[in-house]
Amino acid sequence: MKLVYVAWVRERVGKSEEELDPPPEVSTVGELIAWLKGRGEGYAYAFEKAATVRAALDRVHVRHSAAIAGAKEIAFFPPMTGG
Amino acid sequence: MATIRVQREAFDAGLEAAGLAHGRRDVGAVVSFVGYCRDEGGRLAALELEHYPGMAEAEMARVASEAEARWPLLGVTAIHRTGRIEPGEPIVLVAVASAHRGEAFAAAEMLMDYLKTRAPFWKRAIGTDGAVEGWVEAKGMDDASAARWGAAERSKPL
Repeated sequence: MKLVYVAWVRERVGKSEEELDPPPEVSTVGELIAWLKGRGEGYAYAFEKAATVRAALDRVHVRHSAAIAGAKEIAFFPPMTGG
Repeated sequence: MATIRVQREAFDAGLEAAGLAHGRRDVGAVVSFVGYCRDEGGRLAALELEHYPGMAEAEMARVASEAEARWPLLGVTAIHRTGRIEPGEPIVLVAVASAHRGEAFAAAEMLMDYLKTRAPFWKRAIGTDGAVEGWVEAKGMDDASAARWGAAERSKPL
């Protein structure tokens, strides 16, 4: 699946997107975050306060409890500050 | 159908608002809101606005659909800029047309409350000394404003 990182999540992870195949036991957004945190310092920093990071599955906002099965694109970003 | 645009260029708010009533005989009210970049007492040189390209237009359209489902609107235009924006320049526009003013005022306010908390845009502040001051933090006040309209909790994590 394609992972997208935006704003300070992108800066901390060090890239704007990547293709990753998480192991089958990773079934929710929250579990994906926990798995990503183990991939390196940048990820650990980006998700150190995981509850503040927002997620979108295929460009629709979701909670961390959402199942990721079938999603093509998962994005992580800070709380929005537009407007 | 709402008109939704994400663009780098500035927009003409008057033209956009007038466009909603142009050539129509059923529109009795047009309410528009323009959000500007302010200089924060002289400390801010500019804002850099980043967005999530695939999602920004889609989420703005979803927000507009919710307003259209809630009030009998005759037109909605929402424009959000990206890139570098300096004090005095417009950032965002919402304009709403309806038969009567009540629903146009209410819908415009709801649209802005939802855009601020749900549309995937992020502001970075650039100080007058040229140094980047960092990402603007989300305000709890904005979440509270959005919550007034109900069902605004979709974007909350966990």
